[in-house]
Amino acid sequence: MSSPMDTVLLAPPTAGAEGGEVQQIQSGWRLALREFVQHKLAVGGLCFIVLMVLFCFVGPYIYHSDQYVVNDLNTFSPPSSGNPLGTDAQGFDQLGRIMLGGQASLEIGFLTAAIAITIGTLVGAIAGLAGGIVDAVLMRIVDTFLSIPILFALLIVADASQTGMTVVKLSLLIAAFSWLFPARLVRGEVLALRVRDFVAAARVMGASRRRLVLRHLIPNSLGTVLVNVTFQVGDAIGFVAVLGFLGLGLSYPHTDWGDMLSSGVSYLQAGYWWLIYPVGGCLVATIMAFNLVGDGLRDAMDTRLRRR
Amino acid sequence: MTAYIIRRLGISVIVVILVSIVTFEMLHIIAPSPAVIVLGFKANKVSVAAWNKLHGFDRPVVEQYWSYLWGLLHGNLGWSYKQDQSVGSLIGEYWGRSALLSGVSLALAVAIAIPLGIFQAVKRNSLADNALTGVAFTAYAMPVFFLGIILIQVFALNLNWFPAVDNSANTSMGYILTHPNELVLPIATLTLITVANFSRYMRSSALDTLAQDYIKVARAKGLPERLVLLRHLLRNASLPMVTLIGLFIPVLLAGNLIVETVFNFPGLGLMFYNALSLFDYNVLLAYTLIGALLTVVGNLIADISIAVADPRVRFA
Repeated sequence: MSSPMDTVLLAPPTAGAEGGEVQQIQSGWRLALREFVQHKLAVGGLCFIVLMVLFCFVGPYIYHSDQYVVNDLNTFSPPSSGNPLGTDAQGFDQLGRIMLGGQASLEIGFLTAAIAITIGTLVGAIAGLAGGIVDAVLMRIVDTFLSIPILFALLIVADASQTGMTVVKLSLLIAAFSWLFPARLVRGEVLALRVRDFVAAARVMGASRRRLVLRHLIPNSLGTVLVNVTFQVGDAIGFVAVLGFLGLGLSYPHTDWGDMLSSGVSYLQAGYWWLIYPVGGCLVATIMAFNLVGDGLRDAMDTRLRRR
Repeated sequence: MTAYIIRRLGISVIVVILVSIVTFEMLHIIAPSPAVIVLGFKANKVSVAAWNKLHGFDRPVVEQYWSYLWGLLHGNLGWSYKQDQSVGSLIGEYWGRSALLSGVSLALAVAIAIPLGIFQAVKRNSLADNALTGVAFTAYAMPVFFLGIILIQVFALNLNWFPAVDNSANTSMGYILTHPNELVLPIATLTLITVANFSRYMRSSALDTLAQDYIKVARAKGLPERLVLLRHLLRNASLPMVTLIGLFIPVLLAGNLIVETVFNFPGLGLMFYNALSLFDYNVLLAYTLIGALLTVVGNLIADISIAVADPRVRFA
């Protein structure tokens, strides 16, 4: 809840050398990259994400399985050479189904993060730059929506639009409640950046507000945004899993990991473990990979900011 | 300090009012009137209109909001048309069990996370620290419902130590207190998730504190390590936990909802989940508002506790 004036007072003193700003920022990014590569867990997480994307999107072209026609004669068969991860209640091959569900979960994760971060960055930049009444109004809106427990709101809206969820609808829904935190973050960044000399210089040279926001403020707060976007993807995958588990996610012929777990759990007592643990493992490992990459990026960006 | 608290309180009141408007409006857009749910989907337009007129759902939305707010201020949370009782009495029936579940889990999590974080900070980068960080990281990434499933599999189905779900349909407080074994798995699930969240912060907070000069002074003057940890480290490193707990309220509420659904544990979360499938308008509205109110109060406590601990914040 800081007003712009106070933050000006609290802003760190600007660095001395202003000449060759572009040069410095570039080396900052290179520094961050170097730092990130040294973060073994984060690199591991990134590799896992790449592998998971390949597995879900390229996998089905290599490993063919029928995910549309129900096979009543081959339900609940345990893992075998024909079905490496067994089959489910409809006789769908479970390995192929994990790929299909993973496509939806990953698509929703990336799309949600993209939408949320775009809205959040714009709102945050506008609030931070405009200040005054615009800032106060926008931030009270953000405060308000942040106070409504996100899961409650998601469940209510998802429950009301039962007429078939799609990847896009779910992404829009989750993004509608996820742009708030990035908005607050970017506002804070912009408040700190706008008193820096290079912004003042651009202003003196007659840069328009649009140019200030798009060319100077947003690119310079990109580090913070990049860290947040990584966590957003993981969070969105988690949210869509919960919605799917509670029966509010995608439905036949589509599926997501939460939806698969929801049907698998009905057979927990029957001992059909292959319906639960492989897909659950993919879910946990994917979310963890995004968290690891986010942590690594944050550390790398911290270094960049410290040494800039 | 007083001025800061008054300003923060003022903002909180504004936010609470805005939340009530937004939530009311959101539910109003989704379902303008519960008439169809009460009368059935085949009800004709005339009877729906008559029902709306009788119960005031034909008025402009602003007027409906005012009468709802007026009711709220008089302790009237509305009427559950599906369950045919007041939302207030429904919440009165369930809140104790949810408070017990969340309260015990939160207390246990704090009691575990503080010593755990200090231990990890003192033994940083040791095998034990790395192993514990790994466990915490996995639990942190794990959706609450999946952790619940794993605990049910291991402790209810394989080992048969604790019951998986409560099938008694007995919602009284006395029942759960006399059958504590039904509480073990839900509490364990919620506690583990919370510890995973808290211990990471506690570890880094303890690491920051360990680097402070007063710790060096305490050690240099020959204070036994046990006393350094107990007197100086514990108190200073635990301070951020108050803030963290305040900010953790929405996560706890969401966890509570999922745990109650997975374990069929009758409380506010299960009440909310069941109200979803019935689209029991007023129950959803009331519990969302309560959740938002708790969130705002949590934020307020977090902000004030930071300001009390760190005078620099007050001027920001």
